[in-house]
Amino acid sequence: MKKISIDRLNELFAAIAASKALYMPVDDGKNGAKYSKWSEGTEYSKAANTKRSAKDFFFPQVEDMAEFNVNGKEIEIIDTREECEEFVVFGVRACDAKSFEILDSVYLVDPVDSYYASRREHGIIMTMACNKPTDTCFCSAFGIDASNPMGDISCWMNDSDLLLSANTEKGQALLDSINILDEADDNAADDTKAAIKAILEKLPLFGLSTEGMKGKTLMEVFNSDKWAELSESCLGCGTCTFVCPTCQCYDIRDYDTGHGVMRYRCWDSCMYSDFTLCAHGNTRTTQLQRFRQRFMHKLVYYPENNGGVFGCVGCGRCLRSCPISMNIVKVMKTLEG
Amino acid sequence: MQEVMVKRASELMKDGTVSRVLGWKNGEFVYDPTPAVFESAEALSAFVYNDFCASNLSKYLIALSKKNGKTLVFLKPCDSYSFNQLLTEHRIDREKIYIIGLECSGKVDEAKLREAGCEGILSVKTEGEDIVVDTLYGEKTLPKADCLGERCITCKSRKVVAFDEMIGENGEVNSECGRFDQVAALEAMTPDERYEFWRGELSRCIRCNACRNICPACSCENCVFDNPKSGISQKAAADTFEENMFHIIRAFHVAGRCTDCGECSRVCPQQIPLHLLNRKFIKDMNECYGEYQAGAEAGSRAPLVNYTLDDCEPSVVYEREASK
Amino acid sequence: MQINNEFKPKIVAFCCNWCSYAGADLAGTNRANYPADVKIIRVPCSCRVNPMFILRAFQRGADGVILCGCHPGDCHYTTGNYYARRRMTMLFSMLSYLGIEKERTRVEWVSAAEGAKFAATMNEFVETITNLGENKRLEDLRCKK
Repeated sequence: MKKISIDRLNELFAAIAASKALYMPVDDGKNGAKYSKWSEGTEYSKAANTKRSAKDFFFPQVEDMAEFNVNGKEIEIIDTREECEEFVVFGVRACDAKSFEILDSVYLVDPVDSYYASRREHGIIMTMACNKPTDTCFCSAFGIDASNPMGDISCWMNDSDLLLSANTEKGQALLDSINILDEADDNAADDTKAAIKAILEKLPLFGLSTEGMKGKTLMEVFNSDKWAELSESCLGCGTCTFVCPTCQCYDIRDYDTGHGVMRYRCWDSCMYSDFTLCAHGNTRTTQLQRFRQRFMHKLVYYPENNGGVFGCVGCGRCLRSCPISMNIVKVMKTLEG
Repeated sequence: MQEVMVKRASELMKDGTVSRVLGWKNGEFVYDPTPAVFESAEALSAFVYNDFCASNLSKYLIALSKKNGKTLVFLKPCDSYSFNQLLTEHRIDREKIYIIGLECSGKVDEAKLREAGCEGILSVKTEGEDIVVDTLYGEKTLPKADCLGERCITCKSRKVVAFDEMIGENGEVNSECGRFDQVAALEAMTPDERYEFWRGELSRCIRCNACRNICPACSCENCVFDNPKSGISQKAAADTFEENMFHIIRAFHVAGRCTDCGECSRVCPQQIPLHLLNRKFIKDMNECYGEYQAGAEAGSRAPLVNYTLDDCEPSVVYEREASK
Repeated sequence: MQINNEFKPKIVAFCCNWCSYAGADLAGTNRANYPADVKIIRVPCSCRVNPMFILRAFQRGADGVILCGCHPGDCHYTTGNYYARRRMTMLFSMLSYLGIEKERTRVEWVSAAEGAKFAATMNEFVETITNLGENKRLEDLRCKK
């Protein structure tokens, strides 16, 4: 384990930024934080988490895939991919770090999504233990330990030091390349971990359990009469999907630029009415069906296909941003009851 | 107030006046009640009404007024303006709705509590003029006036404009609410400053469509942005132009029909002050075509579906700009 | 290498079929000059133009958009231009509010008999836009090349 005094954080950031692009949560002046590129003077945010998830780094909201230039009968295909920069994301929370594994299980299995894979290869994740988890946090329900976040490098912050410990070769290589770090005892973070654990147990959603989902068959959950009341006030907006770190659906669209076609992909939301619109019609015509799909995917389909791992990491973003305050916690509790 | 509301609702349900009740259901926390329909008097045990019941229920009545039997709805003053506007647009059958108007002194904005540093919220209590927030990291007492939503601080009217009965006293229209102050401040800036301001705000848009879907004035069965042939992607902000386009067109489509209920700004997950776009239109229409408040009375004709022979010319925009 | 990058604005003019479109025609017949950069789109009435048309024109590369309709009182459909007048007033005001140069949009009333006025208006509008330069604030980069 390595350490550096918190007074020297800026030196650490400068050392990382010297060789790689460094991103970290920064206060957005709107009572939250967003990931921004570090430069001299950038302040690391102490907010519980960023408003948007960290999935943008690997799976951006919009991304150009190809361009087609049309000249008479000739169609020229241009690969718009640019060389991906080497980058480091600092201050990722345990929940978001776990979300990358979930995205990996979708995008890195055959056929591998080369756009995603390239970003994954070039990115290093430095996670930060949550000193101040908040009321909307429920990562523990999915077996995530906010006091011991994963990622390439795990970090802990106490009153005096930032402690760093590498979990992967990539992480180790980065730590080795920074020569301003001091050696620290391997259990130096234990006090911080214990303090965080004590808070985690006091969180209002600490006892949330997934047990209720496990005993039921897929069809039992699917046909539950609870979906009607759960979905009745859903507006069908995409807020929950777009702030969600594990939502992974996208749409591929062509844009006619007047001189050619630009093919891009963008996040899609199963909450939208045209999500399942295809040539023959729409397979999900009511908001109940769309609503059910989103939660069935996270709580039933995904675990079924991935050895029981749930498609939610408990970051709590949807709890904060849903316009009508409907969310996965309410769904889980209602389905259980 | 909650007890009175539940009592009255179950009375109306039991005597057959209404078949269902539209209100709010309690959530995990005090601050996250969800709009809900209650089909029986027993179900009302989950009914909640507190300082966080901010959502405007009027839009749900479009669907509910198509059902058999009457629906009882609780409307706050601003919601009643939206209700009237929907009546004007023939989206709601008035005969199918029974309205209980609610006296309202403003709703607390969860975001304001977070802004004041309340994280790890365990409970929120109102004590006189103050709000006491108990958190994992200590207790905080905040003046309630500071925790109200933006739209409540500049509340245009505490008068419920459509109701069958009231709970509490009906309030008054407040023409001195100062809701156009921020618009005026923006108008006073140079075009470059305004451009910077709006780029800063609109560039945060994630195109989740929450503003559109919550908006009681956005009640089209099929939105223009859901038309793939409209040439604008309704999902992604693929270009800065699209953010501008979406918000200009949305504001324009509700211009003259927007009652300034403020739901768009309340629900925006990126805290974009969308009400400043709508208020600009309201302010302009007031200045150019005379005072008009959408939803103040059902059946009124909005400025953009009306005209007079001697309206100002569009060049008035340049002149006003020049006179500053 | 010296590149001639003298700025030539692209102007879109929405012209009402019953007045200014004929006015443009008359300007042509009278051999009144106006720049070829003005692209005319014929519409059945000035009130057919919805705000999306104007924004779309900017998106597709216009540097200025002008709407020409019948003089108030002379609308072929009696009232269309009165509605257009209110709508455009509001739209232009909003664009200006967003910091977009107000000079890029304009409404002019041009009758079928006013060929000279049509040419003069276009000349003046093109000059204004030339001085303003390229439309940067309402551009769609994907459409530029």
